[in-house]
Amino acid sequence: MKTSNLPFHERVDTAFQDDFLQESLKKAQEKFRTGKANTYKPLGDPERWRKRAEEIRKHTIDNLDYYLDILANNIEKRGGKVFFAKTAAEASQYVTDLARSKAVKTVVKSKSMISEEIHLNQALEKLGADVIETDLGEYIIQLAGETPSHIIVPAIHKNRKQIAELLSKVAGKELPDDPPGLYQFARKVLREKFLQADLGISGCNFAVAETGSLLLVTNEGNGRFTTTFPKAHVIMMGMERIVPRWKDLDTLITLLPRAATGQKITTYLTAISGPRSENDIDGPEELHFVIVDNGRLNAVGSKYQEILHCIRCGACLNICPVYRHIGGHAYGSVYSGPIGAVLSPVISGFDDWSELPYASSLCGACTDACPVRIPLHEMLVDLRHDQIEQKLSPVTERMAFKMFGKMTATPKYYTTGLKAGKTMLNLFSSREGIEGGVGKLKNWTNERTFPSPAPQSFRSWWKSRKKNNDVKEV
Amino acid sequence: MNVSLFITCVSDLFYPNVGKSVVGLLEHQGAGVDFPEEQTCCGQPAFNTGYYDETRTAAKHLIKVFENSEYIVSPSGSCVSMVRHFYPKLFEDDANWQSRVKSLGERIYEFSEFMIKVLKVTSLDATFPGVATYHQSCHMSRGIGVIDEPLQLLKMVNGLELKDLPYKEDCCGFGGTFAVKMHEISEKMVAEKAQHIQSTGAQYLVGSDMACLMNIGGYMHRHKMPVRVYHVAELLYEGVTKSENKQSTVS
Repeated sequence: MKTSNLPFHERVDTAFQDDFLQESLKKAQEKFRTGKANTYKPLGDPERWRKRAEEIRKHTIDNLDYYLDILANNIEKRGGKVFFAKTAAEASQYVTDLARSKAVKTVVKSKSMISEEIHLNQALEKLGADVIETDLGEYIIQLAGETPSHIIVPAIHKNRKQIAELLSKVAGKELPDDPPGLYQFARKVLREKFLQADLGISGCNFAVAETGSLLLVTNEGNGRFTTTFPKAHVIMMGMERIVPRWKDLDTLITLLPRAATGQKITTYLTAISGPRSENDIDGPEELHFVIVDNGRLNAVGSKYQEILHCIRCGACLNICPVYRHIGGHAYGSVYSGPIGAVLSPVISGFDDWSELPYASSLCGACTDACPVRIPLHEMLVDLRHDQIEQKLSPVTERMAFKMFGKMTATPKYYTTGLKAGKTMLNLFSSREGIEGGVGKLKNWTNERTFPSPAPQSFRSWWKSRKKNNDVKEV
Repeated sequence: MNVSLFITCVSDLFYPNVGKSVVGLLEHQGAGVDFPEEQTCCGQPAFNTGYYDETRTAAKHLIKVFENSEYIVSPSGSCVSMVRHFYPKLFEDDANWQSRVKSLGERIYEFSEFMIKVLKVTSLDATFPGVATYHQSCHMSRGIGVIDEPLQLLKMVNGLELKDLPYKEDCCGFGGTFAVKMHEISEKMVAEKAQHIQSTGAQYLVGSDMACLMNIGGYMHRHKMPVRVYHVAELLYEGVTKSENKQSTVS
């Protein structure tokens, strides 16, 4: 899941240095925001839809074991194979074993975040297989040797010039940076790969329990090639990506493209129920569902259970001001933005993600944007709290807040504290306010004037006013 | 009607004029105002940093101090959101405090919300010539859903032209300790906000949360952007005073 060994602040700094990234994220958010607003409008009251979607997700996750059982039975009934992977390693092992047993040479993949999460490509490449991402965005970042910087728009940080350079390397000659031409070139390369491939790996937008079906939501059509051409098809699925019935899917599929890319519907909706049967003219001979836990069960029954309601639309990334400025790579996890800041530590602890819960101004835009109403910004505060409980926060901070607690409960200490604060701040004050300072104050004053304490606090003004009034009344 | 003022730590220490303006306006509307002097902070700095025990200590004190107040008014949407929205969460497992928490949440109002919803103010004799834009703070708008009330009040002011702020729903980058813990990101956010404000051509930036205004105003001051910052209450009170002075000169 981890995508970088650099410290958080260095990753942020890298994003700040990247002018294109800054410009591109701003534009993309603008586009998604407008699109989302426009496509939500005809739905009438969006709150009703969101509440319904939340109910469906809640019911599903509350009964996850039950629906996974139904799903698995129905997949098997249709001739598919099911493998429950507890860990990333187990999931990866299953797929590599399969590839090895079939002496797989070429693997085509349509977009799958879970395969990014478990670093599946690297594992397959170790076998000597040629692994090709066929979602255009994923293909681009694969060529660049990078990880996705957005959960639905993986190459959002790349401009056409950079893309032309990457594709030129494949072409062995310089390609002009015009998008239709580049598109045509990529299509040609990928078509050949589809024809060669002996294994197709896809993600899973939803698995429908009642029929054991996979639903893929795509715009480029590569998903269909991936799942139809190769003889074997592996579906990588996070264990929460399940809906009980087609009827429930109706609600979720109405919201997903709207919340994600501001589309009413995507170009392709692909439903796959089982491998090729006797009467089918195409489709894989073998179908494998790899259902991955990899820490998701940590969330079940905890205060973070609702994070499993996520339908991976990216609406929280598309609205988040922090994401807009630092981009996806700064999060250091394959899951970025507010969802990444919650999901990463929830499923794999604080070792690699201690800063992420703090990378939010708690403005709540993510929670408002979420089509299934996950209280993302509240979870971020809970994750901060967990770090304090685990004594992961700095000792000085813990002491300061202990003092803060005492002060707030004792007015005498509070006023003394305020006076002490005032005296200290006055040391740095000029007529214009505070422009320098040390420590945390300096962090503020780098770019901002900090106000000097008022010569007379409100409470002291009130005291003197009351005194005067009392005198008048006498 | 008796109203108790919850000043908030930021306004108490840095912006006493906000409190004075709230007192002035409420009294102008005929309300009796008191200021329970035992009050401290709502605990939000601790809460947002994740220190729940310390927040509970602060919350219990605040609950006790305002236990007998009929109405509580505060010039901060953020602090009201803390009390109304997050106190219940902090005490969800504590039956002894739940009803007291609930009661406080029902009696506390953000200033403009109180003016419109409780005092039902529909007009003000206030004059304040100039061009202003309004920053809708996140906790106030998303937390307690107070968006239109301050605008309704500002529209009652003679001579004040209101410019719509582009991307008004975007955060200014304050976020409490976020502003210093993640100051690099916070700086980018406030720079963007300041740019949006400048693009309106407004002379005045009006808001309902001094913490956000301290952030935006601090950035604009440092970068020599000629925009003056006002809390809604300050602007209204100055407007009312201006109108009164004018009238007394005429008569």
